[in-house]
Amino acid sequence: MTSYILRRLMYGVLILIGVNLVTFVLFFAVNTPDDMARLAIGGQRVSVDAIDKWKVERGYDKPLFINGQASGSQKLTDTIFYQRSVPLLRFDFGQSDAGRDIGWEIKNRMGPSLALAIPSFALGLFASISFALLLVFFRTTRLDFWGVVLCVLLLSISGLFYIIAGQWLFAKVLRLVPYSGFVGGLDMVKFLALPVLVAVISRLGAESRFYRSLFLEEISKDYVRTARSKGLSERVVLFKHVLRNASLPILTGAVSALPLLFMGSLIAESFFGIPGLGSYTIDAINAQDFSIVRAMVFLGASLYIVGLIMADISYTLVDPRVRFE
Amino acid sequence: MPNFVFLWTDIALFALVSLVIFYAWYVRRSETARATWARVARSPSAMGAAVVLLCFVLVGLLDSVHFQPQLPKAPDAPANAPAVYSPQVVSLLDTLLADTALLHKEKTFSAPLSWLQFTKETILQEGVAPYRDFPRLDFGGAHLDDPEAQWLADVSVRAGTGAGVGLLVGLLMSSLLVWLIARARRHGSSASASGSITAAFMSVVKGESEVAWRTVILTLLAVCLLLGVTFGLASGYHVMGTDRTGNDVLWQALKSIRTAWVIGSLTTVAMLPPAIIFGLSAGYFKGWVDDVIQYIYTTLTAIPGVLLIAAAVLMMQVYIDTNPDLFPTAAQRADLRLFLLCMILGLTGWAGLCRLLRAEALKLRELEYVQASRAFGVSHLKVIARHLLPNVMHIVLITVVLEFSGLVLYEAVLSYLGIGVDPTMNSFGTMIDKSRLEMSRDPMIWWNLLAAFVFMLSMVLAANLFADGVRDAFDPRSRGFRPTRRSRLLALVKRGSA
Repeated sequence: MTSYILRRLMYGVLILIGVNLVTFVLFFAVNTPDDMARLAIGGQRVSVDAIDKWKVERGYDKPLFINGQASGSQKLTDTIFYQRSVPLLRFDFGQSDAGRDIGWEIKNRMGPSLALAIPSFALGLFASISFALLLVFFRTTRLDFWGVVLCVLLLSISGLFYIIAGQWLFAKVLRLVPYSGFVGGLDMVKFLALPVLVAVISRLGAESRFYRSLFLEEISKDYVRTARSKGLSERVVLFKHVLRNASLPILTGAVSALPLLFMGSLIAESFFGIPGLGSYTIDAINAQDFSIVRAMVFLGASLYIVGLIMADISYTLVDPRVRFE
Repeated sequence: MPNFVFLWTDIALFALVSLVIFYAWYVRRSETARATWARVARSPSAMGAAVVLLCFVLVGLLDSVHFQPQLPKAPDAPANAPAVYSPQVVSLLDTLLADTALLHKEKTFSAPLSWLQFTKETILQEGVAPYRDFPRLDFGGAHLDDPEAQWLADVSVRAGTGAGVGLLVGLLMSSLLVWLIARARRHGSSASASGSITAAFMSVVKGESEVAWRTVILTLLAVCLLLGVTFGLASGYHVMGTDRTGNDVLWQALKSIRTAWVIGSLTTVAMLPPAIIFGLSAGYFKGWVDDVIQYIYTTLTAIPGVLLIAAAVLMMQVYIDTNPDLFPTAAQRADLRLFLLCMILGLTGWAGLCRLLRAEALKLRELEYVQASRAFGVSHLKVIARHLLPNVMHIVLITVVLEFSGLVLYEAVLSYLGIGVDPTMNSFGTMIDKSRLEMSRDPMIWWNLLAAFVFMLSMVLAANLFADGVRDAFDPRSRGFRPTRRSRLLALVKRGSA
């Protein structure tokens, strides 16, 4: 098992190097440091001195891939690519183009992001599974039919509408919760109630429909018929047999999604003014701060790989039929 | 003659339409494809959704014929002077709607069906001291002398007339349809007794026809009624009000339909070549080819999607900003941005389909007929093209229709993030983005958001329902779970025993 995990980790590092290369080419090779400097300083007519000064301050004055002037291994290391990429692999994110420490920001913003993402994820999963079980329990009845209709309706509405309607109803008309914002401590609940509710509802349609078809597929299998013919009640069949067996794919899906919760939600955080990693990323996109965007890309990619490996491991832990190869 | 302008997305859209027509021709000739599509045609929800989608397609295509209208000659121009064209590019849809309220601008916000502006203004009149009041609109309700007394009667008359005309058109179209059904039956191999118009009509009403014609006709009538009422009212009022700059909201929503079509369809088309080529060759060749392709798509999926798109869009923006002289008009620039956005979305989104195709190709390559053709010495390329590709087409089709609605929703999110379509281009995303702040005004301005909501919901819902019908028909796995099939079987048994 250890050697399997080690091999997966090596593959993960390989992928991270690929991600690094792709983002570097996207951000630097096409969009030269000169363009970035012009954008950051602002205005069309920026003097050459100002651009040079900006580049020197941020270490962008070196050649991209190969430094012809340096000697020995410095030929490769004294370049933007090396200076900007290798520290990333050590999770040292360096400074943003605006001059602030990215690592410090990430540490501070992780808390609010998780405070929103974990309850939304857990409650959303619980709500969708319960709704799907309800539909499956009453399958081929009218309740099931209209439940599926409701699911299709819910998943056809853009997530933006849920947020806007929720803010309008609960914050403006009913005045139950504040529009947006965030504080620490217990008061956090007041600010997080609406975003969590909106996140749960906007996921309900698609997920419960998916889980419903998962359960239905499971319910047509032989062991379920055996269980029924033993005289077990429908309730026991559904909860003891179908739910347990169908939760395998649900579990692995959830486990692989877990690490990505750190990244926060781009839309919800910016709408509700929560100072998490999602709103940090959006601000960086709007300010065209490429250092932050690259750091977030790298963070997201590494979390994705961790999720993949965790999903593999969890699959073997819960299902003894699956072995490491 | 107006001067026709071919934008990038226009050409792509019409190329797509011809592709769809070609596919329809292929389905007509192929027995199995016809049988599978007949299963879609039997599903009432899919057929109802198809009618709605067709209306959206029609609007989108009308809006994709762009031209510069010819300007009238100056009075002192010589006879052989070259024709002068308007600098503004308009579409066929604009010319069709030129007389309605849709193309008449007001000064700023006005509520739906209102005759007054939403905000107060200082009104200067001769002989009266200047005072602040809600001014009358330039077009909406301008024909009324005494709006307070006449408004209700006028609105009901216009809505009623529109409804009547719409219903009439709908009935005409339905009777034409019934006549066509009867004619097709007469020419078909089935018994000639069912070929009369009354027999066809009765089978449609009872819902016994092979195709879900009853739903089609009901949807058609509903759509015609709705269109009739809308355009009846639009002859004198802004049906959905106007936005901050006084543009008709309904017109913006209609224009957004084309953007949604472009995003939904072009992106999936851009996605297909890499997904099919990489997916099939990874599954077929295995070995190092498989390793390399898996590495590529795992790397792509590892990068958070929004950030990858953001990076590519920012890059494109820098390119457009540094080369302003490449684009003669703002419309062309916005259009190229939309086109490139589709390409970016397609090139970043092919990994999912690629994975599906790889798994399927891994299964197919072990089958006997593939082995046999290899043993006969058929080249790899031919095996892939002749034996693998046709057998994965159902996966491709299902993915394309399922992806469509998701992309329309995604566009709204991207436009909100500022990495979507050009801000000057009408789209559901820009409409939602603009109306976000208007919701918190007091009194609230809700019609912008409502229009975007209604149009987006009906389009995405129709696309989802249609996609479900297609998936049920094409996916061999999902056929067992349809209660409708069982009830139809029961009905067959009943009819047989009676």
